[in-house]
Amino acid sequence: MTAGDAQTPKLRVDAASKVYATASGDLLALDRCSLDVRANEIVSIVGPSGCGKTTLLWSMSGLHRLSGGEILLDGTPITGPHPDIGLVFQEANLLPWRDLDANIRFPFEIKRIKPDQPWVDHLLRRVGLEGFGGKFPRELSGGMQQRAAMVRALSLRPSVLLMDEPFGALDSFTREEMNRLVEEIWLETHTTIVFITHSIEEAIFLSDRVVVLSGRPGRVAREFAVPFERPRSMEVMATKEVFDLTNAIKMEIVGGRKAAAPQVKPQQERID
Amino acid sequence: MDRSDAIPEFRKTASGEGGEVSLTNLSALSGGVGIKSTAEVVAIIAVAVFVVGGVELALRVFEVPPYIMPTPSAIAVALVGDFPLIFPHLLHTLVELFGGFAIGATIGLVLAAVITQFPFAEKIVAPYILLLVTTPMLALVPLLILRFGFGYEPRIIAVALASGPMVMINAATGFRRVDNAKIALARSYGASTLQIFWKIRAPMALPMILVGLMIGAIFGLLTAVGAEMVGGGFGLGNRLTTYSSMIQMPQFFAVVLILSTLGILIYVLFFLIGKKWASWEA
Repeated sequence: MTAGDAQTPKLRVDAASKVYATASGDLLALDRCSLDVRANEIVSIVGPSGCGKTTLLWSMSGLHRLSGGEILLDGTPITGPHPDIGLVFQEANLLPWRDLDANIRFPFEIKRIKPDQPWVDHLLRRVGLEGFGGKFPRELSGGMQQRAAMVRALSLRPSVLLMDEPFGALDSFTREEMNRLVEEIWLETHTTIVFITHSIEEAIFLSDRVVVLSGRPGRVAREFAVPFERPRSMEVMATKEVFDLTNAIKMEIVGGRKAAAPQVKPQQERID
Repeated sequence: MDRSDAIPEFRKTASGEGGEVSLTNLSALSGGVGIKSTAEVVAIIAVAVFVVGGVELALRVFEVPPYIMPTPSAIAVALVGDFPLIFPHLLHTLVELFGGFAIGATIGLVLAAVITQFPFAEKIVAPYILLLVTTPMLALVPLLILRFGFGYEPRIIAVALASGPMVMINAATGFRRVDNAKIALARSYGASTLQIFWKIRAPMALPMILVGLMIGAIFGLLTAVGAEMVGGGFGLGNRLTTYSSMIQMPQFFAVVLILSTLGILIYVLFFLIGKKWASWEA
């Protein structure tokens, strides 16, 4: 565990375990997972599919309850959805019956507060969506939908942004563009970001640290520091150091996969 | 900021008829392929004139007696000439339809919303709902008349019994469409159960609710007319039995025409509502 132990970490995952009850018995998805995320840090979590990445992230968001251990935000245990935590889902998850403006108003409606319009407008400009407010999600491209979802997540100014494979469904060009956008937003806001991805390249481009989870049950197998300077240009990303790091992470994941038990998909937990 | 990701290939059915509620044959009404030119309009009118005129001509040439099939012109004359006589009956039918439908649809909607929250209760109730949906409620009208007499009550009850289960079964299908990611989204902002219902479940169910309301209304109309035919001295159904027993066929068909118009109006009404409020569902 690499931790800035001098100060309280922004987010501390302490021996987090999660057991899913399935038809064929209990399934251990997370096994005493521990990791710290410092304030203003971008940490990516990678690992073989089904290793509990999403479970871990949803537990951080307070939407899933842990079976054991705890997750602390600024030293306080997370017991439910927290206003300081923003969530970006796989596939933008916009509400199709609302136009873009209404989608971004949604969090404010739920919280019954007035939208912070200057900030929202700024974010929309930032991601290049100004003038699209009246469009419905189906009228927007996948990349634009995910931009809208990022604006929605950032609109309440969370101090932590959790991103669950947000760009997995996008083509690689759009994906790179979205990565640059995340970096730009981070350089502006310095929001702490936990980012789940299948793409090692994406993880290295964005993160200060890459955490590799082992195959089920999910455990922190290893952490890699990513020391490259920001913004990370294409030249930086093409250096031998990046290449070596990519390979090291890949080896770690493949090694973990070999040791892992056969893949069984956990039953989707009922969340309402 | 460039927009190189704004490639149209991402868009689902950018044009065309993708937007409507998925009611079959609606395209036939709305002009599925879209009426493009005056030439098409002229052609459609020409065919209509040809068909109606052809029927008129055939009936006259073969001297079909009016008690078997009156000519379109005789029906038109009856519709216009006897409309003041038919109109009060139309109002009676509308009262029964609106009254019964309002009661049935409200109960159906509330039941659907509540029952889908409790999967176990739903399993217990499901067979009875199916029974209510599949049994023609018209069968109960004689019994209802025995109990409530020949006034509005048995008819309104019959309409409610016919439309309610239709609304319920479709609305329940809508409410059952749970999208966990969207509910998680709402919950991540701390939404209450009630907020999740009104802001996620209800809008998601809306297209199916509209389908249910439309089918319920059509079934309600059917049942209202049927109940009127069984007993009582008023309503369009009563006019049908009266006119046919008096062999006033032009008037009879005028009433049939009014009934078809009512049915089409119900259809168009819900089609337009769907287009306005549920067009997000492709």
